Amino acid sequence: MRFGVIVFPGSNCDHDAFYAVGTNLGQPVEYIWHDSSTLGAVDAVILPGGFAYGDYLRCGAIAKFSPVMRAVRQFASGGGLVLGVCNGFQILVEAGLLPGALIRNRGLKFICREVRLAVETADSPFTSAARKGQTLRMPIAHGEGCYFADERTLDELEAEDRIAFRYDGNPNGSLRDIAGVLSRERNVMGMMPHPERATKPLMGSSDGLTVFQSMMGAAVRV
Amino acid sequence: MTPELVAQHQLSPDEYRKIVGILGREPSYTELGIFSVMWSEHCSYKSSRLHLKKLPTSGKLVVQGPGENAGIIDIGGGYVIAFKIESHNHPSFIEPFQGAATGVGGILRDIFTMGARPIAVMDSLRFGRLDDPVTGARNRRILSGVVAGIAHYGNCFGVPTVGGECLFEPCYDGNPLINVFALGVCRKEDVFYARAAGAGNPVIYVGARTGRDGIHGASMASAEFTEESKQKRPNVQVGDPLMEKLLLEACLEAMQTGAIVGIQDMGAAGLTCSTCEMGSRGGVGIEIELDRVPQRETGMTPYETMLSESQERMLLVAEKGREEEVFRVFRKWGLEAVEIGVVTTDGRLRVKQHGVTVAEIPAHELADEAPLYDRPHTEPLRRAPMSVERASVLGDVQEALPALLASPDSCSKRWIWEQYDYQVRTNTIAGPERTDAAIIRIKETGDAVAMSLDGNGRYCYLSPREGAQLAVAECCRNLSTVGAEPVAATNCLNFGNPERPEIMAQLVEAIEGMAEACRFFDTPITGGNVSLYNETLGEGIYPTPVMGIVGLLKTAAPVTIPFKSPGRAVVLLGGIGGCDETRFGGTGYAKEILKQLWGLPPALDLEREKRVQSAIREIVAAGLAESAHDLSDGGLAVALAECSFGSAGIGAAIDVDSDLRPEMLAFHEAPSRILISTAHAGKVAAIAEKHGIEAPVVGVTIEKGMEIRQRSMTLGSWEIATLRAVYHGALESYVR
Repeated sequence: MRFGVIVFPGSNCDHDAFYAVGTNLGQPVEYIWHDSSTLGAVDAVILPGGFAYGDYLRCGAIAKFSPVMRAVRQFASGGGLVLGVCNGFQILVEAGLLPGALIRNRGLKFICREVRLAVETADSPFTSAARKGQTLRMPIAHGEGCYFADERTLDELEAEDRIAFRYDGNPNGSLRDIAGVLSRERNVMGMMPHPERATKPLMGSSDGLTVFQSMMGAAVRV
Repeated sequence: MTPELVAQHQLSPDEYRKIVGILGREPSYTELGIFSVMWSEHCSYKSSRLHLKKLPTSGKLVVQGPGENAGIIDIGGGYVIAFKIESHNHPSFIEPFQGAATGVGGILRDIFTMGARPIAVMDSLRFGRLDDPVTGARNRRILSGVVAGIAHYGNCFGVPTVGGECLFEPCYDGNPLINVFALGVCRKEDVFYARAAGAGNPVIYVGARTGRDGIHGASMASAEFTEESKQKRPNVQVGDPLMEKLLLEACLEAMQTGAIVGIQDMGAAGLTCSTCEMGSRGGVGIEIELDRVPQRETGMTPYETMLSESQERMLLVAEKGREEEVFRVFRKWGLEAVEIGVVTTDGRLRVKQHGVTVAEIPAHELADEAPLYDRPHTEPLRRAPMSVERASVLGDVQEALPALLASPDSCSKRWIWEQYDYQVRTNTIAGPERTDAAIIRIKETGDAVAMSLDGNGRYCYLSPREGAQLAVAECCRNLSTVGAEPVAATNCLNFGNPERPEIMAQLVEAIEGMAEACRFFDTPITGGNVSLYNETLGEGIYPTPVMGIVGLLKTAAPVTIPFKSPGRAVVLLGGIGGCDETRFGGTGYAKEILKQLWGLPPALDLEREKRVQSAIREIVAAGLAESAHDLSDGGLAVALAECSFGSAGIGAAIDVDSDLRPEMLAFHEAPSRILISTAHAGKVAAIAEKHGIEAPVVGVTIEKGMEIRQRSMTLGSWEIATLRAVYHGALESYVR
């Protein structure tokens, strides 16, 4: 499966995502520059973590205007797999590809720590390799990861089985403990925890592999 | 030029005469400004240079010693690491958030200007008392601001902050210490130097525009603080970590074109320092036209432009005719790159504005012929008595341990390090508080680098010489405890006013002690920083030399601090050690429980220390240790507690055979001791014997609880959960 990792000015987990899928999963992978108007021949796109454009405004608020986001939108509407991690999640939300918003952590501080995630649905191309209810360990590292949406949206996400992960021990105040959500068509997922940082035992956990292996499995099925 | 104007620039009459001698005429106002920053203590090391020469700086792995932007060590496999530590004390006191943030920015540029990608940062921090009724609120604000500033810059830039240390003393009330260490990696043939060469080659300015911020920052860092220091807030720069990140990527990419001859960041003394140092190192001159310097404010004078310390700027020399290759890379990253001048043959720094020369100074004399002072030094300042009244030393181990674990010095610093991204770049094998030294793997070679920072102002106040040696020994022990071989060092020398002979004596003795220890452990100093005039209203800080030492090891799952399973032998490698009352006066126990300071720091036997370190490295390499943690602040009891705070909840029951008084046995801080748990006590004993050190089995790991006995008499017995709550909750409760 060919992965594309998008590089915005200020992305800083781009190398890590590249390394995780390229080296630890042995998949072909390439960088896609932010002002590129096409994605090329990739099967899945990763919007990595970081601080796109410094995030001096609202996180992701400038990145959504990058030329590459038009291509990402098109790719997603054609059913392509799009994974946003941390800042990538924030950008997907700003771009309207996922509902809700990510606001400052309830403690108003950046938090870097390992968290436990409950897999809420296995019915998605990002979680199909997991069991519903399974616990995954992976790190978070963010200052603005508190998931927020109005009650109606939250109810809708639950009714449509679009909550991918919930925190077991909510670190940031996210409503209903939400750590990751799916788009209505289920081919776009955003999550605050970093699966690419958990792809080898030496990193402390390899539970993040589940996300990428699910994506690879989904591609085979297509 | 009036004497008042010269004095305002912190230049002495003698220094001014020297300037006139170099120029053969009176300097212009711009030239006076240029000399004043280059000859400031911060840039010229005029009080310390004479003594810094005593430090060992070469070794078989040293590729680059002091004198460049960072030291460089060969780590094998065709790769090198670049690393250095720097202080940002004065700016951080005036404006904690931006002061600390730009401190991180400055040291990161020092690393990537050498061609190395930064892969780790650590911080050594000192603050005043958090609970002081008068200064506490300000100290808490400084702590919070500094930590947020480091987090802001490092997290956004994308470098993991993997460890460090943070201690509190009244002497840092008006003068916090913010020392930042950074380390980067690159291929050996890709190292770049800050040298200009090739007459006619273009001098190119890249990065952020120049503004009026930070003018005279270097001079500010070379003076004591007074009541008026708050007015110096405009001297502190504002950091832009996104700009720095783009500058990093663009510089590394531009270096790959092969069109760059030399490169240096603009840090302290900005455009002045980068031009004259690059010219001096290359034995050439540099001519620049200030009209071409990108400026974010209008009407800047040559004086302001040359002295600005605006952040995130670099100066590079490219090969003539290949400028476009360089410009193309910077355009791709959306950065400004402008040709502002040319390399010349006359060895002069020539600055023009509107085509008219406004400054012309021989680069070598400016950069390398700064005044050198052999400042008088007497006996080091110390106001602590040599002994203490016996009655006040008695204490209760049972009560003292939780009190010590709750003290700001000994408690967990999680509140701090959780605000740092310590994992980005996915090389962090061991981050904060997991092991005694942080471990970063080098993906390119399959090996790993361990690093440790240490300094103890209290020890150094009691004896600068011994205190500095203890810091070197502690760093090397931390590295050895994770199985790494210490190979090279960097130092940050934080002292008071060197014009006071008793302070100068602290500096001299600390350097000499450090030199001896670094020679002994074969860890040459490849660079560093001196921060003097750390005084506010005439009160100096404790002499606080901070060591940063790196070690090399193979990539493997680390041996971490916590006990892993019950029923393992607890071995105290190095033995219980000796301590008399004189050597107990600098301990955490004396400070926190007895509220006193006296005597001398713990006694260090370098030979013995080395044997203990060789032994632990062999034990770790053989896979015999299930956990390992060295004894330092708080001694045996605190170390044992820290080993008990793992997720497995395993504690230990130990029984020590010793004549020491109970509180000394539990809390003395003699070095050269490491606590391990092992399922192979016999093999561990054999290795210890081979190295000629004691390694008594002092107890056994148990399912829950922790107990210390002395010849079967219980000194203390604790629930782990209670101790853990105190240890982890303390800092947050102080900060709130």
